Amino acid sequence: MAIIHDVMPVFELFQPTTVDDTLALLETYKKDAWVLAGGLDTFDWLKDRNKRRKVVVDLSGVQELRGVKTTADGGIEIGAATTLTDVVKHPLVKEKYPILMQAAELVASPQIRNQGTVGGNVSQDTRCWYYRSGWSCYRAGGNICYADTPSAINREHAIFDANRCVAVNPSDTAPALIALDARMVIRSSDGERVVDAETYFIGPSIDITRMTVLRPGELLTAIRVPATWAGAEFYFEKVRERQVWDFPLVNVAAVLKVSNGTIAGSRIVINAVAAHPVRLKAVEDAVAGKRRNEETARMAGELAVQGARPLAHNGYKIPLVRNLVKRAIRGEAQARA
Amino acid sequence: MTVQEQTPQEPSHVSRRTFIKVVIASGAAVSASAYLFRGPTLLGQGSLPGAVERLMTLNVNGQMRRVDVMKQETLAMTLRYKLGLTGTKLGCDRSECGACTVLIDDVPHYSCSILTHTVRAKKILTIEGLETANGTLHPVQQAVVDEQGFQCAFCMSGFIMATVGFLKTNPDPTRAELAHGISGNLCRCMDYDKILRSMMRAAQYMQRTT
Repeated sequence: MAIIHDVMPVFELFQPTTVDDTLALLETYKKDAWVLAGGLDTFDWLKDRNKRRKVVVDLSGVQELRGVKTTADGGIEIGAATTLTDVVKHPLVKEKYPILMQAAELVASPQIRNQGTVGGNVSQDTRCWYYRSGWSCYRAGGNICYADTPSAINREHAIFDANRCVAVNPSDTAPALIALDARMVIRSSDGERVVDAETYFIGPSIDITRMTVLRPGELLTAIRVPATWAGAEFYFEKVRERQVWDFPLVNVAAVLKVSNGTIAGSRIVINAVAAHPVRLKAVEDAVAGKRRNEETARMAGELAVQGARPLAHNGYKIPLVRNLVKRAIRGEAQARA
Repeated sequence: MTVQEQTPQEPSHVSRRTFIKVVIASGAAVSASAYLFRGPTLLGQGSLPGAVERLMTLNVNGQMRRVDVMKQETLAMTLRYKLGLTGTKLGCDRSECGACTVLIDDVPHYSCSILTHTVRAKKILTIEGLETANGTLHPVQQAVVDEQGFQCAFCMSGFIMATVGFLKTNPDPTRAELAHGISGNLCRCMDYDKILRSMMRAAQYMQRTT
């Protein structure tokens, strides 16, 4: 598809300064409204004319959505519109949750991190190029998956949990937040609800047109990270095709509590392998109480890829997942890009 | 018989220049009246919180510039086509290449991917605002000149702005840190080695001047 270099099609713009005003606008315009945070995902859709809304609600002026603060339980609460750079640089994140710092630092380029928000990073749409090019696929409300045909190019697509759609979630911070057992604070004009980071993301079998539980009229306002895994041992690795900056082929986020060489508890999450980040509960259960050694790592790696179903061109993701999970258990020196 | 004596109704004698002038003038009148007299695009929009005025004052390179900005307009479009600051380049227009990098409150951003309305209250610095009033180049610009850092240089203003922004946060970088710091910019001449050499020299010049 030709790249259009022109001003975007017209929309009405609102720049509220409080969450209440934002929610009132979202309530008024419901499905006609588009929430704009950093805009790095948004503008592709609008510029390419593949998605269009009458109204754009810009969150850049809502100060209460920005910043990191401590919570009563000793954890932190990150405003959804806090930029990734601010997350990376925040002393509390660095001190307690270095895995989140590392994941956020590996997102895209400096300019994108300066503008992109953590709420936007977890809520971003999939990168499947058939879908993003405006093809009328299942996810776009159509009746076919163009990425799962005999001639399709699907190197980056799903190996787990595909249901008609084979797109993947591309977020780097999402698996880190699930590993840290974070909670997503969602507000609408009806009130507030808090969901586990793990259940915030949904696959095509729940709703094929959405990546998250957010409904029209709802706004992700904050992410709460409990103290539970603060200071735990962690492992984050992102494998990407282009080392300077790119979306992940697969990434892994793991937090582990280890005492005297035995794994007391862990949370292990991989992403870019399904339409939602995949928590490896079976692996966590299997390694609990085991020695942290090569045998446990190998067992964890094998268990992680159980049930994987590769497409024509993404079979390499199976050994990739196996080895990343192995390394997460071993806890090798960080592989930094 | 001169052209002036002919009846104006005869379109075949309207010169091209006159015709174009008339079209431009009428077009301007139509769009101006549409702006002045149109109703709200959406019913009741004026009463809602966060409604936006198109006319704004933008702080660009230390100057306050009055400008009429469409709601869907990106900063790159405003800078280039409303304010005439064409030193900011538009490459991909999809936040991938970095040619449009400008500083917003001293922080590098892709100007193709931020609405002008979002930066209304901020300080914008483009490549045109780097040199001093007497024409002395910014140390980063001088380093690029001295090292002959670029080939075609389409990406140059973006690289320079990204470097100026990065050096504010890390004035004494290693080459690897610098490469990471300006990794959001692409050069399709693949001149990265010379670019990095220029920017390392820029860091030295900056330390000398401060």
